[in-house]
Amino acid sequence: MPYQPSSWAIAIFVFFVGFVLWIAYYYARRTKTAKGYFAAGGNIHWAVNGIAFAGDYLSAASFLGICGMIAAFGYDGFLYSIGYLAGWIVALFVVAEPMKRLGKYTFTDALDSKFNSKGIQFTAALSTLVVSIFYLIPQMVGAGVLVKPLFGMPHHVGVILVGAIVIIIVATAGMASTTYVQFLKGGLLIIFSMTVVIAVLSRGLSTNPDAGGEKPYHKFITIPYSIEGETLALDDPSYTVADDWQSSALYGGADAKARFVTLTKDGEEHVWFLNEKAGILEETLTVTALPNGNKLYNGSPQTEGKFFAVGHMKEILINGKPVEKTGNLDPTAYLSAILNGTVIIWPAAKITDGDNKLTVYYPKAVSGADLLRPGQKFNVGKTAAGNINFISLMLALFLGTAALPHILIRYYTVPSPACARKSTIVAIAAIGFFYVLTLFLGLGAMTSGVMDLTDSNMAAPLLAKSFGVILFAIISAIAFATVLGTVSGLIVAASGAVAHDLINRFFNVKLSDKGKVLAGKLAAIGVGLIAMWLGIKYQGMNVSYLVGWAFAVAASANLPAIVMLLFWPKTTSKGIAASVVVGIVSSVGLILLSPEMYKELYALDPKLAPFPIDSPAIISVPLSFLTLVVVSLFTQKKAAVSVEELEAAEERVAPHETYEELEVAAETEHMELLSLEELIAVIQELRAENAQLRQQLAESKAPDLTE
Amino acid sequence: MDHGPSTHWGEDLASGYKTRLGLWMFLAYCIVYAGFVVLNSVSPQIMAMAVGRLNLAIVYGFGLIVLALVMALVYNTLTSRAEERYAAMFKGGNADEEGDE
Repeated sequence: MPYQPSSWAIAIFVFFVGFVLWIAYYYARRTKTAKGYFAAGGNIHWAVNGIAFAGDYLSAASFLGICGMIAAFGYDGFLYSIGYLAGWIVALFVVAEPMKRLGKYTFTDALDSKFNSKGIQFTAALSTLVVSIFYLIPQMVGAGVLVKPLFGMPHHVGVILVGAIVIIIVATAGMASTTYVQFLKGGLLIIFSMTVVIAVLSRGLSTNPDAGGEKPYHKFITIPYSIEGETLALDDPSYTVADDWQSSALYGGADAKARFVTLTKDGEEHVWFLNEKAGILEETLTVTALPNGNKLYNGSPQTEGKFFAVGHMKEILINGKPVEKTGNLDPTAYLSAILNGTVIIWPAAKITDGDNKLTVYYPKAVSGADLLRPGQKFNVGKTAAGNINFISLMLALFLGTAALPHILIRYYTVPSPACARKSTIVAIAAIGFFYVLTLFLGLGAMTSGVMDLTDSNMAAPLLAKSFGVILFAIISAIAFATVLGTVSGLIVAASGAVAHDLINRFFNVKLSDKGKVLAGKLAAIGVGLIAMWLGIKYQGMNVSYLVGWAFAVAASANLPAIVMLLFWPKTTSKGIAASVVVGIVSSVGLILLSPEMYKELYALDPKLAPFPIDSPAIISVPLSFLTLVVVSLFTQKKAAVSVEELEAAEERVAPHETYEELEVAAETEHMELLSLEELIAVIQELRAENAQLRQQLAESKAPDLTE
Repeated sequence: MDHGPSTHWGEDLASGYKTRLGLWMFLAYCIVYAGFVVLNSVSPQIMAMAVGRLNLAIVYGFGLIVLALVMALVYNTLTSRAEERYAAMFKGGNADEEGDE
């Protein structure tokens, strides 16, 4: 479908970007320290941070991807919403407060808080980089996809534009500007999504969705037919059919799921769907990839606009009676009307016809009851592999959220564990509300005659367009800002991993506070440039695979380490490092061996894939846990410090009342007294012991609180 | 040293209680979520069952989202109360209430 660049979209977009850059400039002047750069000074209000969480989390995959998937497959797309939200329960109940308590700038700090281990510093920083980069690619590709239709610019211009703006945002003020950009974007996204949903509900459903009379819907033609021997007899004599229609690739072999016929009228050829049940031929939409690389849309170049928008209700029943239009509906009435009605969806059939590769989208009537239950996309309830694949995906979504580095670093921008907790709750409220909206946005796009079948990612912006160009412009600018914001967060996370975890800690390069900020900025520019390059290189790759990768890798590499560190006292640094490595290698490895990869990336028969399911979490997460336990058990230290040594050390540190003082003492006294490492070991011992005492104390007091 | 948090908020005496409460609530949600995932995969037909004007798939799905928020609010109320009580119990130890309501 060709898109006209809208001057409103450009104006609103330019205003938005200008405002974002002003935020970056404003905070740049205030950000002088490493704490300011990597953790926004640690003094962001929890409510702001909560909405910024929503901004971080509701990436292009959520906003564009989920709405598009619901518009194409119904309830199965909504399952992503539920999995993505449920992941926040892990974040709130298990990860939020300890993360804040243990870390300083990065997730690696928290993992390493008990150990000071080179192994953890390196592997955790590596996993942050791997996950961030996997997550960055789809965002950058998404930027290119968005820019093309909205502003009429080519893909690589979009990628470079996003990359450049993000580098400015991040390299000037780091986490402070990123946080306020995310806050703004998260808030606007939710407000305007709600606006679109209200508009969808007040317009209601229609069998002829004409955007409230603004834009006439395509009039579908059907031709009754009969087959006598090898002759296809058509009711409408103005169409002719080739004699060899039954031997063409479009008609298909004995096991073809859907059969097609080419009809000619007035010298123009079109592909028709042979609806054998109803005995009619129905219009299809086709994309033909020619051997020279050009594409034809319904037989003409894209600019001619013959590839019309689709999506409508075939039948609407209100109180058992069929109606053409419902008018204003409340949310449950809207869902119930779809549930009791019939919707036309448009599956795609891929056919190779000589040198041409065709994608044929044909109409299929599906009852609302089937559409609003699982099974259109996921192969559930039929085969064991299908069921396991689905369970594995839902496991990755559940466990991946609380292990995404760009989400975890947001715990260091607030002043206290209680604030970390409260901001998570604000995030759950905001994100949960948005995900409820996605069902209405997706179903709205499915039934409003706005779907561009070549790109389901555009479902939500195109739905907004059916309510007027201004709403479209705003939604598009927000969608673009979604990419900007998420990319900024990811780049801050990656730059922290490089500057703080690797350079400063792992390679032990002593940097001044200013030096750290400079290293962070340089790392941000470097990661930004890599992201731009990947975004251009992977143009056209299905982005949802990559988001799936990021979640599965995060769940496998990071989550076992976080959880075991918090809840299993025997966890050792070698156990953590080993589980991170096994998590990365097993999850990435299994994805590379999966049927989907064989089909999409290597263009091989998916049945050849050695690993039968697409989502690796169900194997790689337990494997990573197991590795951690086994390696930890084999690397237990006897007592780290003998009783005598501890007593001697305690005497030395006794005059200092707080750990902060002790740390200062360690820094200043180590030359003549203990070595720095020894004194730190002592301090850590004491900390652990103190924590245990406090735990016992808390346990002994706990019953009082439940009264 | 680079260890330790980026801000100091005093001793968090309620952390043991909060951790245990969090684990129990996490387990409770896990069971409800696992039930949802298993039902969806093993028997999508059950999810098509009518519940009022809607079906089980939608009601259970929305229910999971609402349940997450309700449990989060309950958790916050209980933990905030615990923090206050511990803070009162150990005068001088300032519980983590900076930047709070």
